Amino acid sequence: MKVNLDVDLHHIARVEGHGNIKVRVRDGKLKEANWEVVETPRFFEVMLKGKHYTASPLLSSRICGICSIAHCLTSLEATEDAFGITIPDQATKLRLLAKHGETLQSHVLHLFFLAAPDFLRLPSVIPLIATHPELVELAKRLKSIANRLCDLVAGRTTHPVAFCVGGVSMVPDKDKMLGMGDELVRSVEDLKTVVEVFSTFEIPDFVRETEFVSIKGDDDYAFIGREMVSTDGVVRPAAEYLQMTNEYVVGRGTSKWCKLSRESFAVGALARFNNNYEHLRTEASAIAAALGLEPVCHNPFKNNVARVVECVHATLEAIDLIDELTGFGDHGPARAGVVPRAGVGVGVVEAPRGILYHSYEYDADGRVTKADCVIPTTQNHANIQHDLDELVPSFVSETTTDEDLELLCSMLVRSYDPCISCSVH
Amino acid sequence: MKYLGIEPKRPRVAVFDFTSCEGCELQFANKEETLVEFLGSIEIVDFREISSDRSDEYDIAFIEGSITRSDEIERLLKIRERATTLVALGACATFGGVNKLKNAFDSNDANREVYGSRTKETLPARAVHEVVKVDLKIPGCPVNKEEVERIVQHLVWDVPFHFPAYPVCLECKQRYTVCVCDLDCTEVGCETTGQLCLGPITRGGCNAPCPAGGLGCWGCRGPAEDANIESFLAIAKERGFGDREIFERFEFFGGFEGVR
Repeated sequence: MKVNLDVDLHHIARVEGHGNIKVRVRDGKLKEANWEVVETPRFFEVMLKGKHYTASPLLSSRICGICSIAHCLTSLEATEDAFGITIPDQATKLRLLAKHGETLQSHVLHLFFLAAPDFLRLPSVIPLIATHPELVELAKRLKSIANRLCDLVAGRTTHPVAFCVGGVSMVPDKDKMLGMGDELVRSVEDLKTVVEVFSTFEIPDFVRETEFVSIKGDDDYAFIGREMVSTDGVVRPAAEYLQMTNEYVVGRGTSKWCKLSRESFAVGALARFNNNYEHLRTEASAIAAALGLEPVCHNPFKNNVARVVECVHATLEAIDLIDELTGFGDHGPARAGVVPRAGVGVGVVEAPRGILYHSYEYDADGRVTKADCVIPTTQNHANIQHDLDELVPSFVSETTTDEDLELLCSMLVRSYDPCISCSVH
Repeated sequence: MKYLGIEPKRPRVAVFDFTSCEGCELQFANKEETLVEFLGSIEIVDFREISSDRSDEYDIAFIEGSITRSDEIERLLKIRERATTLVALGACATFGGVNKLKNAFDSNDANREVYGSRTKETLPARAVHEVVKVDLKIPGCPVNKEEVERIVQHLVWDVPFHFPAYPVCLECKQRYTVCVCDLDCTEVGCETTGQLCLGPITRGGCNAPCPAGGLGCWGCRGPAEDANIESFLAIAKERGFGDREIFERFEFFGGFEGVR
């Protein structure tokens, strides 16, 4: 095959953060396929040192502007684990409700603003305002509900303000919660349209077997938990997270890479689906089946389908949580007392892009002496690289153009919805 | 559409990210109720986070993030040459933001702690105005989309924008938020009568979301005009807050740098 191809994409678009794709094909043979992270390091683990426990969740949330609620909650979980605090039931429910709000806002942002333009061969969502106004209205409605749910429960979508060590610092107004519940019920119809829209998109047919890691749900599709699981059969408690992640520094790029049973693994919506699909709401499983998503799915491009499924699941769960939180009777305290103590704690939360760990060591005054954060996208980088190595040769034909290959490689990277700033932190 | 004889511009806008979390630029895609109208009033020609389109020709460049690597300095200098109006977007661009907290640590030690022997290039974090001339600074962590939208409309209609002179404290009163300084502190062993809050000395315009969520203000918008720092410090100390707690909060977002 006499085909020569070059992709040299500096700062791939429609992802969070800075990454480059470089691919070189000569005479039909792959010479080079590189996924390189060129994000600037921020040294959050160092900046956290010496900080008081009241500052840890505020600083940690600044790791990411899209999944700041996940970072805040993981940070709180780590501190509460270190101090031996059990938070009240009402706080647990409010935090989970905010988590669902974040999953929705992040997934809707990704599906419509970042991913959909690829399937419609457009540079961004902006031209759709003129060509597909109904699609833009749909995205706006869903994104608005998700953002307003986060605002209501977390105080603010980007960098939440209503959570603190011990629980929550604000209980949302009951009438506003009931109104939000009604809106979510009505949004289920819109989600059905999303399913229809995404069923028309042609998802690249590419399969590479890998390992998938997520929180282990005992009887639920877990977003906050204390145990991890992989599709290769590894199960470990939160305290042993380092044996799940095995971070290592690579020469090129500023993010670390991770491995578990194989040379790489994947986290995120597809990983959660592959590990916990039996705990999905019936309506969400039905949509997965209708869209042809079955566990264990090894096509990374199907992350988008898993995101649609999770939007339905998260919406239904949020509706039920609002019912519980606004039901008749006393809901008890929203915040437990806090007594700092020296020790180490680990928090584990499913951020929209996958499993997220924070671990802090505290002194007796409640100040951080050591911090470690392992980010979902950090865990995905090696897997993206190995996907790229196999995707390019399987795709290249006599008629392939540089533009075709650039789009496909970009779609692969975007299917992971990478949060690159996060991964470097 | 002409208004009072003034023809609005439809400025070519670019949004660029440096060392940051990209949460400020994300606000451009939020506030869905006016999103279509907002995007229609400007022409977005380069905005990597949401579009594959690229352009070197723009009137307004929004810069998110602080500057911490040499390649970022080169990139920023080029943007400065091309843009008529350069706007620092958010606390990191305006003050250096939380990124400046790393400047308190030895850079080599920090590098080795995170990367071991395979260290990566990094410089002390700087605000955008410490590297190039900045025409407008929009503070906040994150920025408030309503305020950004108002500022952009002022640029579109070519009229000067004025930030509120009053502090965050007034905005709490306007939205009937119970003062976090008066709330009984629920922390066990806490001897203060309420939370520390920089609301009385921090520039307003955010609509005070933090105290409404039960969190005292951390000063992400920097000092209000004519903020009475001396009096604030006296009251904070009288209420039992120590120097360390107060000054750690002053330095958190970088806006109160040098204020003592």
